[in-house]
Amino acid sequence: MASKTAPQSLKATHDVVIAGAGMSGATFALACAQAGLSCVLVDPQPFESQLAPTFDGRASAIAYASFRQWRALRAGEMLEPHACPIDTILVTDGRSPGAAAGAPTPFFLRFDSVEIADRSEGEPMGWLIENRHIRAALAKAVQAAGIEVLAPAAVASVERDASGAVVTLADGRTLRASLVVGAEGRRSVVREAAGIGTIGWDYPQSGVVATVRMAEPHGNVAHEYFLPGGPFAILPLTENRASLVWTEPRKRADALKVASNEAFQAHLSRRFGDFLGKVEVLGPRFVYPLSLSLAERMTAPRTAILGDAAHGVHPIAGQGLNLGLKDAAALAEVLADALRLGEDIGSEAVLERYARWRRFDNVMLAAATDVFTRLFSNDQPLIRLGRDLGMAAVNRIGPARRFFMQEAGGAVGDLPRLLRGERL
Amino acid sequence: MTHPDQATGSSIDPDEVARFSALAEKWWDAKGEFAPLHKFNPVRLGFIRDRAAERFGRDVKARRPFEGLKLLDIGCGGGLLSEPMARLGFQVTGVDASARNIGTAKAHAEPQALGIDYRCDTAEVLLAEGAGPFDVVLNMEVIEHVADPREYLRTCAHLVAPGGMMFLATLNRTPQAFALAVVGAEYVLRWLPRGTHDWKKFLKPEEIRGFLAGQPFDLQGPFGVAYNPLADRWSLSSDTQVNYMMTVTPRG
Repeated sequence: MASKTAPQSLKATHDVVIAGAGMSGATFALACAQAGLSCVLVDPQPFESQLAPTFDGRASAIAYASFRQWRALRAGEMLEPHACPIDTILVTDGRSPGAAAGAPTPFFLRFDSVEIADRSEGEPMGWLIENRHIRAALAKAVQAAGIEVLAPAAVASVERDASGAVVTLADGRTLRASLVVGAEGRRSVVREAAGIGTIGWDYPQSGVVATVRMAEPHGNVAHEYFLPGGPFAILPLTENRASLVWTEPRKRADALKVASNEAFQAHLSRRFGDFLGKVEVLGPRFVYPLSLSLAERMTAPRTAILGDAAHGVHPIAGQGLNLGLKDAAALAEVLADALRLGEDIGSEAVLERYARWRRFDNVMLAAATDVFTRLFSNDQPLIRLGRDLGMAAVNRIGPARRFFMQEAGGAVGDLPRLLRGERL
Repeated sequence: MTHPDQATGSSIDPDEVARFSALAEKWWDAKGEFAPLHKFNPVRLGFIRDRAAERFGRDVKARRPFEGLKLLDIGCGGGLLSEPMARLGFQVTGVDASARNIGTAKAHAEPQALGIDYRCDTAEVLLAEGAGPFDVVLNMEVIEHVADPREYLRTCAHLVAPGGMMFLATLNRTPQAFALAVVGAEYVLRWLPRGTHDWKKFLKPEEIRGFLAGQPFDLQGPFGVAYNPLADRWSLSSDTQVNYMMTVTPRG
């Protein structure tokens, strides 16, 4: 899609227009503001609606590097009371799980945060935080930083020229900036306006998410069980609660969503009895169809995309949001450095640095997650044997295990300054 | 050979001016013929910013740290340095011997309202007209293209205000520079059009020092710049065998 010529006469209103005030978009806005860039957040939903308990029932595993970024952006302190540390991750290949199945297979991976304590400075591998708390903390931080928020307001069109971009909102208002950033998720209007295509596919699975109170102390252990119907995770939350993330074939997941509380509870204990212990289901259940969607490019003239707008990955490894937060940190750093060199922040030369930095990471993780999903959503005896041996091998080889842990902690690769906990 | 679009002066080598005029429109294409210059730009911008901030006591994290200071960009080309310097707060004058380069630079800067004074002129003309003096004079990748580098450098140095500084960047006359800048960049990688550089006109740091011997200036450097092919990035380095920069400060 060719961009129309923007009216030259319109004076720049901001350095950056950010479409999408979700978790990645708001984090990016905070980073921009810290770097001294003027920005505006535009979102079709009223900003406060994100804070309703029914808006987003998920919890996110936040890599320790991602949490450092929020600390550097003055949102971390507000999140600490709601953040449950992940001290241990146990990965188990559970072929026939449930009360009737007996002990899980002996092959499992165990990750302990003490093993990488020297590199993570004693922090846990990550934190489990309910998304609604993250959204609330980011909203407060955005307000405290004095960042302009236009919501509800929808981006209707984006026109670009040699020196900037003009964003026209559905209500007719116009914004002019050096750069437009699309952070509105999988159906990014900014991405479409820039003519960036996507590749991807749906998985025949849905993610079921429910919050439960555990009868036994969870001990800050995150469990990931690989079941033939898809993976099942028990993610520890504060107040001895846990977020259950459970991928199931689509039809079964849809049935679970509408099942009565009693039926849902019965189903849980039947499937995960021994693993789960006695639980009490709290609040509503959520069902999310799983799909993979990758943008062909991260940038276009006067345009950059980040988060799910660039790469919606299967949540199996709990890395979707962390990828978006790493995008935000990398783009903000590229822009901050360019600004302080006097460069045009929306120029191709500058945006290319961001694209190069993030592309490899994003494609690798999406591909690895896809392979992981296909491998572990399978009950073929040979594949089972292969992956069990692989897991056992990783478990015995210290360096490999520590690498996976750091990757899960978000500390692999050329790390943006914000992810090292430094201010921009 | 004469060109109607050309300024005159002792530093002009007509063949050099013609060569860059032909490329003028392509200055701002980050992936075009000047791609290496765009890649090289951040390291020299950072060097200029940091040294100037040190000399003038400015904060590099400020939005416009150099507000109130005058800068002259000699051989400004399409404005690859002039524009960033204007954004950093300098009051910028950009001169180039090629009218097409100045035309390109003006056309590119205008919609951004950067307030840069672009002129088709030479250092000699500016000095004769009594222009300046300037707090900062940029003399980046120009001296290896002029006819009389000694005269040229002295002229430029006299445009620097007391307490100010001049930045100089060029290529060293070493076998490494011949291999990398001429054979590598022009012939193998095709980064630059063939004939961009004449190795015999490259200058050694001690020759630069010699040009200003007996003049009231101090020279600092050389400071090396090296290319990392894996990261596709330039950075400051102790290796001055190929690209290097120097600073010149008026004495007293």
